[in-house]
Amino acid sequence: MRPHLIIFLIVFSALNTAQGENVYQEPQAFVANAFDGDIPEPSVLWMSGETRDTVEAILGHSYANLRVRYWQQDDRTAWILEEIGKKKPITTGLVVNSGKLARIKVLIYRESRGWEVREEFFTNQFKGATLTANHRLDRNIDGISGATLSVRALTKLARVALYLHDAVSE
Amino acid sequence: MTGTLMTGVTPRSSSLAMAISLILAGSSMTVSAQDQNERIDRLESRLNAMADALEEQRSSGTDDRFSVGGYGELHYNNLENDATGAKKKELDFHRFVVDFAYEYTDDIRFFSEVELEHALADGKKGEVELEQAYVEFDLNEQHRAKGGVFLVPVGILNETHEPPTFYGVERNPVEKRIIPTTWWAAGGMLSGELGSSGFSYDAGVHEGLLTQDAVIRDGRQKSAKANAANLAYTGRLKYTGTLGLEVAGTLQYQSDLSQDLTGANKTEDATLFSGHAIWSRGPFEFRGLYAVWNVNGDNLDSDQETQQGGYAEASYRLINNLGVFVRQSNTQYWDGSNGRDVDQTSIGVNYWPHPDVALKFDIQRESADNDANAADGFNAGIGYQF
Repeated sequence: MRPHLIIFLIVFSALNTAQGENVYQEPQAFVANAFDGDIPEPSVLWMSGETRDTVEAILGHSYANLRVRYWQQDDRTAWILEEIGKKKPITTGLVVNSGKLARIKVLIYRESRGWEVREEFFTNQFKGATLTANHRLDRNIDGISGATLSVRALTKLARVALYLHDAVSE
Repeated sequence: MTGTLMTGVTPRSSSLAMAISLILAGSSMTVSAQDQNERIDRLESRLNAMADALEEQRSSGTDDRFSVGGYGELHYNNLENDATGAKKKELDFHRFVVDFAYEYTDDIRFFSEVELEHALADGKKGEVELEQAYVEFDLNEQHRAKGGVFLVPVGILNETHEPPTFYGVERNPVEKRIIPTTWWAAGGMLSGELGSSGFSYDAGVHEGLLTQDAVIRDGRQKSAKANAANLAYTGRLKYTGTLGLEVAGTLQYQSDLSQDLTGANKTEDATLFSGHAIWSRGPFEFRGLYAVWNVNGDNLDSDQETQQGGYAEASYRLINNLGVFVRQSNTQYWDGSNGRDVDQTSIGVNYWPHPDVALKFDIQRESADNDANAADGFNAGIGYQF
């Protein structure tokens, strides 16, 4: 049997197992995990004035929604944020504890390239990161070849989460 | 009296009145605060309902299944031929590319890329090319298949060549002559990740090259009524499981580069191997690539039979948006009449006023087995992506 026929057979047999977009963790499960199962009531931060200006400056584009939902317990906040990598939004869970990024996890990834950003070897770089006065991370984040836009998206979300944590903790 | 009475009664009445007033006031304040809280709650829920509606309206008003992107680059070349002294001073809008993508479902998507090369097609200085047009299916979370016209998975630049992503105004000569970037083909391909090992793979069957005299770059059929008598088989294994590291190898086999056409001096089967590594840490990045063609055929020159090249490139980001690089390459290829062996050294700088916009400048020095095949000078350019 010629190789291309084998490939076609594999394709069509595998099509029957299609499962959908890459959901690595449901957002609710991420939030539950962030608070050891004791999920606080969600809060809402309205995106207006300086808050909106700063978030849009970090993202480098306008922010479409009017509010951001978050969960807070003492000085720990959890956020589910999205930013487009190359074409599609990357749904990301972030936990901030006392102004430091405690966790960042790609929950839903929709791009066909750049999947490496979901791996811990990449996201571990963010642990403990804080925000500088000009709203940048206090450290360099090493990129991934071929995943520049996804890396950039996650870096922006880390900055946004740290900023919003400060905004709701004031 | 009145005063006394008043005086006698007033303190008691006054205290009572004050107490009643305080109770009433307290009661009134309690009712008012409750009322206010209820009003605030109602207002808040109305505001949230309005915000929900507005956000819903905004999201339903835009079709986020459709997207448009693109990239492009303008080059200025100022080069002098080593043998003849002939100068090339040229401004060229080398590439203007627009991509359209559409997501049918979460599992099925379309992607396309159309390029106008050298700014003009009708006057034949360039051409309009359909470089990508495929439908991709997610088979499961880690594997996918595509059919259509796609980029061949080989080398560093062939799939990722938006100008802000690489150093140098012109693409490096190895990924022009040995790996004929941009190299696209029509066919089918499977791609995916191998668990969480950090390895990913691509395996495809697609149109092959058509070149009877082993001029690799000219052999691209560009999916235009491509002769499919002999298909090409390409496989790539890539490792990106360590931060900052990418290592990949591609193997391609084609049973007849001449696509069954006959002739006295002609190519037959050919194999391409390409391997590369990228190591980046902080502001440093190193890239190394080697690629070789082994071409069999009748009465071929040894320079046709083995065509190869490699380069090493080191770069350093001085600040966030300013980087410098140095690259050394060697390219040995067949130009249709002769073999060429060209060494090129490039040093230059990229400045990114925005992460998606790059201003570039580089100086190149070449030496070759024949001086006529070498040119020295400088290049400047501006590139963008969105």
